[in-house]
Order: sequence, then structure tokens, then C-alpha cells
Amino acid sequence: MESILQPWPWYISGPLIALIMFVLIYFGKTFGMSSNLRTFCTLAGAGKKTKFFDFNWKSQKWNLTVVLGAIIGGFIAHHYLSIPTNIDLNPKTVSELSQLGFENAGKTLLPAELYSWDSVFSIKGLTILIIGGFLVGFGTRYAGGCTSGHAITGLSSLQLPSLVAVIGFFIGGLIMIHLVFPLIFG
Amino acid sequence: MKYLKFLLVGIIFGVVLVKSEAVSWYRIYEMFKFESFHMYGIIGSAVTTGIILMLLTKKLRFKNINGAVMNVPKKERGLYRYIIGGILFGLGWALSGACPGPMYILVGTGAFSVLIVLGAATFGTYIYGVIKDKLPH
Repeated sequence: MESILQPWPWYISGPLIALIMFVLIYFGKTFGMSSNLRTFCTLAGAGKKTKFFDFNWKSQKWNLTVVLGAIIGGFIAHHYLSIPTNIDLNPKTVSELSQLGFENAGKTLLPAELYSWDSVFSIKGLTILIIGGFLVGFGTRYAGGCTSGHAITGLSSLQLPSLVAVIGFFIGGLIMIHLVFPLIFG
Repeated sequence: MKYLKFLLVGIIFGVVLVKSEAVSWYRIYEMFKFESFHMYGIIGSAVTTGIILMLLTKKLRFKNINGAVMNVPKKERGLYRYIIGGILFGLGWALSGACPGPMYILVGTGAFSVLIVLGAATFGTYIYGVIKDKLPH
């Protein structure tokens, strides 16, 4: 039980994620979390004006159910399967983050500097979350998949478009962390 | 009842991503800083396991639950959409520290401010749907 409550090592978590993908394919579906964002738009009525959203959302009920499960899983893992543990970050990472204004790095899952309500209700904090979310939602649909669809499923099935997309994910991430972060947080 | 299996898969997914700390903003940051092996270990071992499972599936012609041969949907051909869309996604992923799966899961952990990111992501998807035909793919 003790080892379940501790953070799980990568060599347990990674293969489990692959199994989740495999089970969904076995069920005749696929592993793609960002597709649900499109379904949300359809549920909100976007299909009336835009063809891209004009599909029967019921065909995606299974995937919305996976999302519901993921939310429940997050709740269970956080409240019942974890003991308070700091994320084991590289001391170098912690000191760099402190220079960027992020204190207490690794003490929580998300930095208070971005996700606390104090930050959310500041113009800068809110702008960062909205731009970040927008780019994820726009980029993932443009690229036709996110980490689950391209990095896990696409690479596992040796698809070249997914490799290109994952290289894109990394180019974008490296630009953000190495070039943009010092400008917005420095 | 036929949805129960999907609910269970989702629950396991949520638990694994929290317990592996892959839902943490800090883990994404350190990955792009190349200061920890953790995320590379997760993605690398997931893809390695996935490749083996998919090769076995092909070789042994595993059947899915409906009795048909298991297969993965093929991605459409194209270049611009994958590279430009990929870069935009990466910028957002690093800034918010969450890709779509973790966004849902984080809400479950009680981080309700993530709903703002999720709302913005849904809006981003909507804008893509509206202007899609004007973009190079």
C-alpha cells in the first residue's frame, strides 16, 4: 500500500498509459483526449453554423465517458491514493524557477503563481491561462491530435505525421520555456 | 452498462496521470528544460510498450471486442498542419503546463482554476473549426 501512495516511477506509469491506449483500441475506439473539445463545441450548438462541428455528438459519448472517468480518477488519486509529497525536482530547476518568481516549486501540482485564485483574478494571470488554453485547443485540432493521439497512439503505430506533430510540440515547448518565459516572468 | 468500461478506463487514466505526476505543471517545465528524465521515461516507455503491442497486434491479427481486426485510425497526409499546429500546441502546453487529458484530470484533483484553461482550449478548437478552410494543411 505504501508504494501505491508514493509517486509512481516512470517505468510503471509509461507502460500503463500504453495499456490504456491498447484497451481503447481493443474496444474499437482510439485514444484521443482533445477530440472531446470539439464535441464540447458541438454540444454548445456550434454545429448549426460551422460544418466542422456538425456531427452527432452521441457517437462521441464513449469518449465523454472516458473524460468523466478521468475526472473521477483525478479525484480518487489525489484524495485517497496520495500522501503529501513534494515533487522531486532537480534543485537546479527549483532555483531557476525561483529566479523567475516561482516560489515553493514542487510543493503542489500547479504553481500558485499561475493557478491560485489571486493570480487568476489578475490581468496577467488570467491572460496567461487563456492564451495557454487557446493555443492548446487551436493547435491540437489543427495538428489533428494531442499528446494522447499523436505522441502515444501515433508514435506507437509508427505514423510519420505524428512524429512531425510531436517534433512540433517540442519546438513550441522549447520556444515557450527558453525564449518566452524569461520575457513574461523575468 | 456498455459505457461502464469506458468509465473504468478513464478512472485508471486519471489515477495513472496523477500518480506519475504527469499532470504537474512543474514536470512539463523541467521536461522542456531537459533537467529531468522523468517525463522522457514516461513517454518513452509508453511508446516502446505501445510499439510492441501494436506490432504483436499486427503479427497475430488480434481481434477487437466486435470481432474485427484491431486497427489504429490512420492520420491524414499533410505537413503544414502537423508542424504549425504542433508548434502552436507546444507553446500552449508549456505555458499552461497541461495538455487536454491532464486538464480534465486536474479539475478532478480540485484545481478548479484549470476550468479557465479548459474553456479557452474549447474556444481555441471552435476558432479552428471556423477558420479551418483558410489554413494550410
